Amino acid sequence: MASVLQVTELQTHYVTFGGARVVKAVDRVSFALNEGECLGIVGESGCGKTTTCQSIVGVLPAAARIVGGSIAFMGEELTRKRPGEMRRIRGARIAMILQDPMASLNPLFSIYRQVAEPAYYHHAMRGRSLRERVRELLNAVRIPSPAIRMLEYPHQMSGGMRQRIVGAIALAGGPKLIMADEPTTNLDVTIQAQYLDLLKDLQQQTGIAIIFVTHNLGIVARMCDRLAVMYAGRIVEAGTVRQLFDAPQHPYTKALLRSMPKLGSKEPLSAIPGQPPDLATLPSGCAFHPRCAEALPHCAHAAPDDVRVADGWSARCWRAAPRIPQADRTPHGAAAGG
Amino acid sequence: MAFVTEQIRAALAGAPPSVADRRRRWLRLTRELPLLPLAILIPFVLIAVFANLIAPYDPTEPIPGAKIFEPPFWMQGANPAALLGTDFQGRDVLSRLIFGARVSLIVGVVGTIVAGSIGTTLGILAGYLGGWVDQVIMRVTDAWLALPALVFAIFLATMVGPSMWNIVIILGAVYWTRYARVIRGEVLSLREREFIKLAEIAGASRWRVIRRHVLPNVMNSAMVLASLTIGVVIIAEASLSFLGVGVPPPEPAWGSMLADGRSMLMVGDWWLTVFPGLGIVTVVLATQLLGDWLRVRLDPQLRNL
Amino acid sequence: MGRFIIRRTLYAIVTLFILSLTIFTVIRLTGDPVTVMAEPGAPAEDLDRIRAEWGLDRPLPVQYLSFLKNIASGDLGKSFNYEMPVSTLYFQRLPNSLELAFAATLISFVIGIPAGLISAVRVNTVWDSAGKVIALFGLAVPGFWLGLVMILIFSVWLGWLPTSGQGGWQHLIMPAVALGWYFAASLLRLTRSSMLEVMGSEYIKLARLKGLPGYVVTVLHAFKNALIPVLTLAGVNLVIMINAAVIIEVIFAWPGIGRLLYEGIFQRDFPLVQGVVMEAGIMIVVINLMIDILYAYIDPRIRLTK
Repeated sequence: MASVLQVTELQTHYVTFGGARVVKAVDRVSFALNEGECLGIVGESGCGKTTTCQSIVGVLPAAARIVGGSIAFMGEELTRKRPGEMRRIRGARIAMILQDPMASLNPLFSIYRQVAEPAYYHHAMRGRSLRERVRELLNAVRIPSPAIRMLEYPHQMSGGMRQRIVGAIALAGGPKLIMADEPTTNLDVTIQAQYLDLLKDLQQQTGIAIIFVTHNLGIVARMCDRLAVMYAGRIVEAGTVRQLFDAPQHPYTKALLRSMPKLGSKEPLSAIPGQPPDLATLPSGCAFHPRCAEALPHCAHAAPDDVRVADGWSARCWRAAPRIPQADRTPHGAAAGG
Repeated sequence: MAFVTEQIRAALAGAPPSVADRRRRWLRLTRELPLLPLAILIPFVLIAVFANLIAPYDPTEPIPGAKIFEPPFWMQGANPAALLGTDFQGRDVLSRLIFGARVSLIVGVVGTIVAGSIGTTLGILAGYLGGWVDQVIMRVTDAWLALPALVFAIFLATMVGPSMWNIVIILGAVYWTRYARVIRGEVLSLREREFIKLAEIAGASRWRVIRRHVLPNVMNSAMVLASLTIGVVIIAEASLSFLGVGVPPPEPAWGSMLADGRSMLMVGDWWLTVFPGLGIVTVVLATQLLGDWLRVRLDPQLRNL
Repeated sequence: MGRFIIRRTLYAIVTLFILSLTIFTVIRLTGDPVTVMAEPGAPAEDLDRIRAEWGLDRPLPVQYLSFLKNIASGDLGKSFNYEMPVSTLYFQRLPNSLELAFAATLISFVIGIPAGLISAVRVNTVWDSAGKVIALFGLAVPGFWLGLVMILIFSVWLGWLPTSGQGGWQHLIMPAVALGWYFAASLLRLTRSSMLEVMGSEYIKLARLKGLPGYVVTVLHAFKNALIPVLTLAGVNLVIMINAAVIIEVIFAWPGIGRLLYEGIFQRDFPLVQGVVMEAGIMIVVINLMIDILYAYIDPRIRLTK
């Protein structure tokens, strides 16, 4: 399978107050995505998942900057591209879906206009072939009576329909990669399932790679092949969904899985104690250690490196490491893996 | 989302600021004082208040021995006794300017207070009590807002007759509508907030709720609005005086000085026109800047004003 | 849309009602108009005769009703000095005020909107600061003073432009600038804040994500949305300008409605003053209503709901 995206040691920093305050929003993040794959990026708010997507597609806010690493898309290095070149890639070869469908659509423009725009500007389509394309796209996202619908306006549609239209817009340029940033969070639960099915079908038909950003592991289980868990700007564990759900290595992953309510069980909900850290003042050593149920004394001193647990599976935790210094092992840590 | 958790964490932490913190905050406050507006307004107020002591001559009497239309001291044919020249009756321009500042100050401040008080009160009543009270007040507000303020003021001034205190009342009557609108909006959103509901559930009477909870919260908006519109009121008074329905002669007012200066303009005698106008521009500019500063500090949500 | 229009029309009628009541009350409250109309020292019979002639001996509510009836049929009283119906005078002068107001609106558009747009697009830069300064001066410098200063500079000292009167563009430009100055500042502020708000919205983010060229995002997507409140304000301003350009018209001897009002004041011609004010109120309310209805057609959100 061809590699669509390869992110290596990406670093994106927010610099404010004239350099006085540096926030490492994305701190050495690496992952890879192939054609037809769906990668889930999971984490609490503020962990850097949106900033990662913004870095890839080149729409970082003014205060943020990519300071290191590489983003290889279809073999091209995106970090070295000029804004004009990025603009031509955006919308045409990489598309993005945002969270709030109502806010994403311009209230003054018809559906036709908004869906047609990527094809109009990137592929210079016009007239009848453009109309055909829009109809095709609306069909692909399962909007009934597309010919009538395309003349309507956003406020005339339901939430679920609007999000599909946003999906159609994403498809309009013929992208190889779609990044979806919490696309179902604002939808009714019943509509969510339909929407996810739609995305899955589209992916299977077209081979588009999808990055799905969410904080909901249930969606990940349904949609994604691979999963990357982010915390405080770093990926703390990454692998296939199967691997992480069956035998999570990182305590944060374990805690996230534990906090998913299980239907029919009467167990009390378990939350992760504490708050996500302020990225400007991270704890020493491993960023998660203050909230970690399995923390070792060593964790407060040194941040763990990526440990290769298996092929394509890595975890950033001392417990997953093959060896930790003898003196720092606590009595009940003796049975830790590796 | 991270921002919200930040705030909660800070609130939970709740440690009182250290002495060093307090001093740092005070320093920051004084450095951030709006120096330019205050540098203009404080002298302005002082001049206006102490006009009797500062002005060289009686503004309503011609300078003894002076001619009419004498130019300011740096020009040819000037009379050294009249620094900024004399007007069409031989009165000292500088003294008239100084006393005119007093008029502008009084009318501006008192007029704004009148307008603000009426408007804020009605706005609170309309917003909080709702129902037909709201409807009546808003209909009148809309109706009076439909008429251009100046035209309305001219109408009232013509009917009632010019005098300084009449003008104050008239301007109050014309401009309260601006406050009512804004304050009502504030109260409407305030009404839904938790602490108001808590007070109501606890059985506080409506008047008590208004006095103790609603009023303090809308005072910020009222003050910002007042500082931003005091300039409008000053210009309105100048306009009325210019047309002859404002502060009546021989009382000096910047607006009527401008009217006096019109005839002189055609022959190039510019000082009766430029000086009062500069006075107006400077004072109004200062109040605008002050208002902007207040708005930013008191409530960033008021940027729409 | 139908219900929207009906509601707005009702509001307009109520507003007119309140305005007429206000004007009527003020007139009656501020003294007996009869003694003003007659010569000083006139005998009682004359006063009574005038009273009966003008219908001032009937009870107040009846007077108010006939006042309303007159307004509804277009009769806004008769000017003392001109001996003509006020409405005739008003509409005679209206085209002149329209000319001035349109020119002033044009100037305020040309200065205010682009400056606001640039301020927003280049927010927090030198351009933005310049825009803010312009806006500040627009509010602080009274239009009529600007007019006087312009006359001083351009007519008296430089001799380029005529000092007053109506005529070709040379006569129009100074009053138009003096009048439009203030409104340029308010348009600038509104355009800037409206653009900033729109540019921060999600659909602009999405437009950028679609890879649309910068100017398309700014001009087509953002500006069009940002213009809505700006145009409303401009429409409202235009109507205000027509009626409230009193001082400018006086200074430049422009034969418009504002000058008519001033003549009424100067000559103690009360019916004229009352009539012009009432007419101004009517015109503003009616035109605002029409703007609202126009709105209903343009904005698809309103057009396509009931």
